[in-house]
Amino acid sequence: MSQKDMVCIVCPMSCKVSFDINPDGSITKVEGHSCPRGENYVRKEMTNPTRMLTSTIKIEGAFYDRLPVITSADIPKSKIFDVMKEINNTVVKAPVKLKDVLIENVCGLGVNIIASRSMKAVEDK
Amino acid sequence: MRTYDLVVIGGGSAGLASALSAYEQGIRDILILERDKELGGILQQCIHNGFGLIEFKEELAGPAYAERFIDLIENNGIQYKLNAMVTHMSNDKVIEYVTPSEGYVTIKAKAIILAMGCRERTRGAIAIPGYRPAGIWSAGTAQRYLNMEGYIVGKRVFILGSGDIGLIMARRMILEGAEVLGVAEIMPYSNGLPRNIKQCLIDFDIPLFLSHTITRIEGLDRVTQVEVSQVDENFRAIKGTEKYFDVDTVLFSVGLIPENALSEEADVEIHPRTRGPIVNESYQTSVDGIFACGNVLHVHDLVDFVSLEGRKAGIAAARYLKDELKPGDTFDCIAKDGIGYIVPHKVNVENVEKSLECMFRVTKNVKNVALTIKKDGEVLRTVKKRHLAPAEMEKVILSKADLLGCKESISIEITEV
Repeated sequence: MSQKDMVCIVCPMSCKVSFDINPDGSITKVEGHSCPRGENYVRKEMTNPTRMLTSTIKIEGAFYDRLPVITSADIPKSKIFDVMKEINNTVVKAPVKLKDVLIENVCGLGVNIIASRSMKAVEDK
Repeated sequence: MRTYDLVVIGGGSAGLASALSAYEQGIRDILILERDKELGGILQQCIHNGFGLIEFKEELAGPAYAERFIDLIENNGIQYKLNAMVTHMSNDKVIEYVTPSEGYVTIKAKAIILAMGCRERTRGAIAIPGYRPAGIWSAGTAQRYLNMEGYIVGKRVFILGSGDIGLIMARRMILEGAEVLGVAEIMPYSNGLPRNIKQCLIDFDIPLFLSHTITRIEGLDRVTQVEVSQVDENFRAIKGTEKYFDVDTVLFSVGLIPENALSEEADVEIHPRTRGPIVNESYQTSVDGIFACGNVLHVHDLVDFVSLEGRKAGIAAARYLKDELKPGDTFDCIAKDGIGYIVPHKVNVENVEKSLECMFRVTKNVKNVALTIKKDGEVLRTVKKRHLAPAEMEKVILSKADLLGCKESISIEITEV
């Protein structure tokens, strides 16, 4: 069993939450949080931490050379660099509309890469 | 010379929100002047998410937040000019701007809304010794290059300043294949949101050096190394604490300054603390008919609050144009112990409809304290607060009944519970 501290990032209070990790992976003795969200955060963070990922994708025939993109849902933290690789291997063509799906089921995670904005096609920049 | 009812200088989040609400109040002859090649301002390069929780009840990326406002501007047919750089503004509301298509143009406005936003503090502003090699960037400039133009400004990076832009750029540079060797923060705490410390630094094992600063930058043509030292309580470097990092790039995220060169030219009175215009309850500056909102007024942490403020300024400008703003005596909003500033700075209670939102920042991190609000020196109300930080803008809402009868001032201070 080991004791661990973690700062909860759900709200600006930034509670310092301490807890025990048991040999079977279970979490007990969660203390220091001032609301139930602190405990939920710690449990998720210790079992399957996830993050939204935002980046840019190469776009051709547009106003800019890069288009901002976002994952349609949060992805496992451990897959962030795999998803980045796939985004960086993709080129899209203008025009693009906000929320267009640019990569479907990225890395088999059941999450899409979607456009964070619209970008019109231009003949010459 | 063409005269417009309302000219909005700046097409970012404050300008767009203010133009839209003036339009909703029936003002039709509006012109937005934007110096970039599209509307949206800084939101277009803030590709991370977290925008819009208050405004749209969902978490959006910056460009998506901007697009919602731009669509409304387009759908309502509100006029705007792009690549339009305002070069002069006078206190009789004559504006000069240049664009590639029109050249040099002079116009007049019955009312002006200042929405020019802010700019980044530079290396020069904090005076670090060393050469002037390539590879030194303000974090926001590097962000624009990376997120909009597709250029990464370096491969091995050190960041000075742990504000949110610095933290977010640390993550972006790592995601795009650069190494970030560390972030130094001169204060004993970070001014960034805890969630950004976690998601941008801890997630990627980037060290944060609190109470540290860069004391020297080496490199003749290109940055080769930074010297980082611990500082004492007076922010002086402590000899013998030097650490060295071999880097090719330094990013500065050391604060934002409201962009008020135009305001000053038009004799708009500037507040020494916010470095933005002094405004009243209607967001009107010291110059009749010139209003201000957003980061040009005071630097915000959340775009949602910029939009909100823009909307209030837009409504007030519309009332001014319809001759509905009442003249009259004002009292001051005074920042006392522990409070850095309060916006608005002056209040004419005649123009307060139902309530007044006083936005302010505290000067240091405090826990379990009270905010004491006084009216002409008498305690009006005490509000308990579990946590206050300079990085988070706070507000108190005072009803018209609270304000009526106030002669001299409303003050806010931090007191013990």
